[in-house]
Amino acid sequence: MSLRRPAKDQPETFEFNSSSLEAANTIVSKYPKGKQQSAVMALLYIAQRQNNNWIPLAAMKYIAKFLEMPYIKVYEVATFYTMYNLSPVGKFFIQVCTTTPCMIRGANKLVEACKEKISEKESQLSSDKSCSWMEVECLGACVNAPMMQINDDYYEDLDKEKTLEILDKILNGETPKPGSYRGRVNNEPENNRKTLLDLKNA
Amino acid sequence: MLKLKVNNIDIEVEEGLTVLQACEKAGVEIPRFCYHEKLSIAGNCRMCLVEMEKSPKPVASCAMPAAEGMNIKTNTAFVEKARKGVMEFLLANHPLDCPVCDQGGECDLQDQSMFYGVDKSRFKENKRSVPEKNMGPLIKTQMTRCIHCTRCVRFATEIAGVPELGAIGRGEDMQITTYLEQSMQSELSANVVDLCPVGALTSKPYVFEARPWELKKTETIDVMDAIGSNIRVDTYDWEVKRVLPIINEDINEEWISDKTRYACDGLLNQRLDQPFIKYNGKFEKASWEEVYKIIKSKFENTSKEKVCGFVGDLTNMETSYIFKEFFDRTLESQNYESRSNNRFLDTSKRENYLFNSTINGIEESDLIFLIGANPRYEATILNARIRKSYLNNNTRILSLNDLGDLTYPYESLDGQTQTLKDIFDGGHDLSKAILSANKPIIILGESLLDSSSSKYFFNKIKKFLLQNKKVSQEWNPLNILSCDASTVGSFDLGIINQNKNLLEDLQKNKFDIVYLIGQDNLNFDKKDEFIIYQGSHGDRGAEIADIIFPGSAYTEQDGYFTNLEGKLQKAYKASYPPGEAKEDWQIINELAELMNNRKLFNDKEELESSMLNYLNLQKEKQDNESNNDTKIDENEFNNETLKVNVKDYYFSNVIARSSKTMIECNNSKIILKSTGTEG
Repeated sequence: MSLRRPAKDQPETFEFNSSSLEAANTIVSKYPKGKQQSAVMALLYIAQRQNNNWIPLAAMKYIAKFLEMPYIKVYEVATFYTMYNLSPVGKFFIQVCTTTPCMIRGANKLVEACKEKISEKESQLSSDKSCSWMEVECLGACVNAPMMQINDDYYEDLDKEKTLEILDKILNGETPKPGSYRGRVNNEPENNRKTLLDLKNA
Repeated sequence: MLKLKVNNIDIEVEEGLTVLQACEKAGVEIPRFCYHEKLSIAGNCRMCLVEMEKSPKPVASCAMPAAEGMNIKTNTAFVEKARKGVMEFLLANHPLDCPVCDQGGECDLQDQSMFYGVDKSRFKENKRSVPEKNMGPLIKTQMTRCIHCTRCVRFATEIAGVPELGAIGRGEDMQITTYLEQSMQSELSANVVDLCPVGALTSKPYVFEARPWELKKTETIDVMDAIGSNIRVDTYDWEVKRVLPIINEDINEEWISDKTRYACDGLLNQRLDQPFIKYNGKFEKASWEEVYKIIKSKFENTSKEKVCGFVGDLTNMETSYIFKEFFDRTLESQNYESRSNNRFLDTSKRENYLFNSTINGIEESDLIFLIGANPRYEATILNARIRKSYLNNNTRILSLNDLGDLTYPYESLDGQTQTLKDIFDGGHDLSKAILSANKPIIILGESLLDSSSSKYFFNKIKKFLLQNKKVSQEWNPLNILSCDASTVGSFDLGIINQNKNLLEDLQKNKFDIVYLIGQDNLNFDKKDEFIIYQGSHGDRGAEIADIIFPGSAYTEQDGYFTNLEGKLQKAYKASYPPGEAKEDWQIINELAELMNNRKLFNDKEELESSMLNYLNLQKEKQDNESNNDTKIDENEFNNETLKVNVKDYYFSNVIARSSKTMIECNNSKIILKSTGTEG
């Protein structure tokens, strides 16, 4: 894990849009009065969703004011958790799992593909600034290893060619179909089921 | 009470204590870095591990509440191994730069590694390096040395009330930082230097000055404000190197303000080290005999009505007392005064000018009302107590004026004296709030006492409290917040002239000789007066003087000071006055000897006992006097907006004004104001 520091170029202002504001208020209302600071993590996530997958400093200041807590406390939380992005990651944020099961099944090929198509270094924006990639720890889809996550969707059972295909689509501005790329339904065995055959809806 | 065993010694402790505190009660010392009595518990350094029976793992004693029947062991091989392991991790990233580290010799990490350190490192990786942070002119950072105890973060958030420090990042990349890259917006900021158990935060003005074992340490009293913080003055030769707090739970706990700590470099600048005489507007060096002779002839040729004396804001009580004696006995005049403006003062009872609820009492209070006072700048340590009271009891705090950030929330009123009148007439909402409070504190600041309706309000508030039976033996809610170290002491000694308005006469140039003892705050246009200035620093007073007596500062002579609560404390001599300068009492004594062929006092002891005797007599006299009813004259009320004037915090007295560090502090705050980077 590398040192995570806020980006140099920061927008001047940040404000929740109406849907974010609604979501934020719902979350704050779950906590007792005076304990609204507990909502800080959820609010940082909402801000990240709204702002192309990353949190500018202005958003932290905004959230600090929103929750009536010291700015430094928000800053501490945002720098602590690795899933808060502190610098721009592009509209398509690709996270390649390289933990053991994926690694054994060839995750390094996916990383190679990302290096070829997007950028030489991780967390670096592609030339058109639409996407970036990053190695991450286990995303919990080991059965479909190797896999990667693009924004909210999982792309599973990949190899280098299929990854290149997906990345091409992304760079063209299309959204590729999520899920298994070897025709599996979720994480079923590849050649039909072997167990629980008498159950229809299993 | 809980019964538990520590190293097979049976002890009983109160409920709510931690295992660490219980061990201390049993006389067992536990090593620690992050734990600090006055701060919240973090439990992140793990140095305080102890063995607890039935627990397979060692427990962090600072965070574990003591419980009935515990059996704690602190001297087993198991504990030592655990602590050695912790120490190895702490040292893994700690640089081996003790020879160039200012903390060396008083470093917790250094001391504890003598017991728990391993002489070899198994850490083969590169050591981490952390960029320096800019924390202003007082705190030097060397963040590579940081062991992340977070004491400084907790201090800034809890005690100082400026949540500007934080720990960002995680794991090895964790850093303590202030996002501002500026000095902390607190007058208590430099206490983090004392709190830091390693050399990560050290004192910038003291950088590479001395090692702790070379310094002579003198425990004494601070004079930068009227609190009378207990301090330790460290000297190398005759030079004051630094000032540190010492613990006094009744006054400053263990904090001191930045001014107390860093104005000490002002003791080296602008000093008067020789008697001077002014010829044709120019000062020329002179000898003591010369100046004494000139003054003797001046006094002899002037009628005693035409002589007056003023005592300043840093003068110790011995000096004030001998000055008074000099006027009473040698000159036979009562023209002396310690105030520098027409501040309202009623000396019939001592409680009329004291902070009666006491500093400790603030913590018990349930309502604090500030009138014409800004405790953040006028009495920083007291302000920290108010904040503590607010944090512990959610004390309601009111202020007549909007005072800006006081480090705690308060309700501000409109600042009109009419509102104040309404409140103490009894019809206002707040009148009820004050009356229903168990232990209210009403703090009258100097700004109120300086105002035109000061007498009216003082008497009115006093009467309101007496009539409603809020004043009792245990609790007196009426408090005066004095700003200067010698204010209360001078009042106790009666250095005031109630019959004549000396200041008015001075402004009308009615005097021929004006004798100033460290008094630099007088506002008058000099005409033909002959001015004698006796003091330590060449400041406003010395500028207008015709003869200068070089005196001593508070670190250069023994002397009593009475703090704003009326506590008599003695400051001790830590160093020597520079050049030919003498102790202040000596100068007056010698002058008296020359004039009358008789010393006022044979030695310092005689002066001291005579002064203490005088104080006791005054006290007895006051106790015997009946409390006469205070009359309120409605004509003395003036409907106006009360302004809270605070002296420039960093330049409030001669020593601070001569201090380079204070100038830097002041500048660093100005820059922050203009850029507005606070977000």
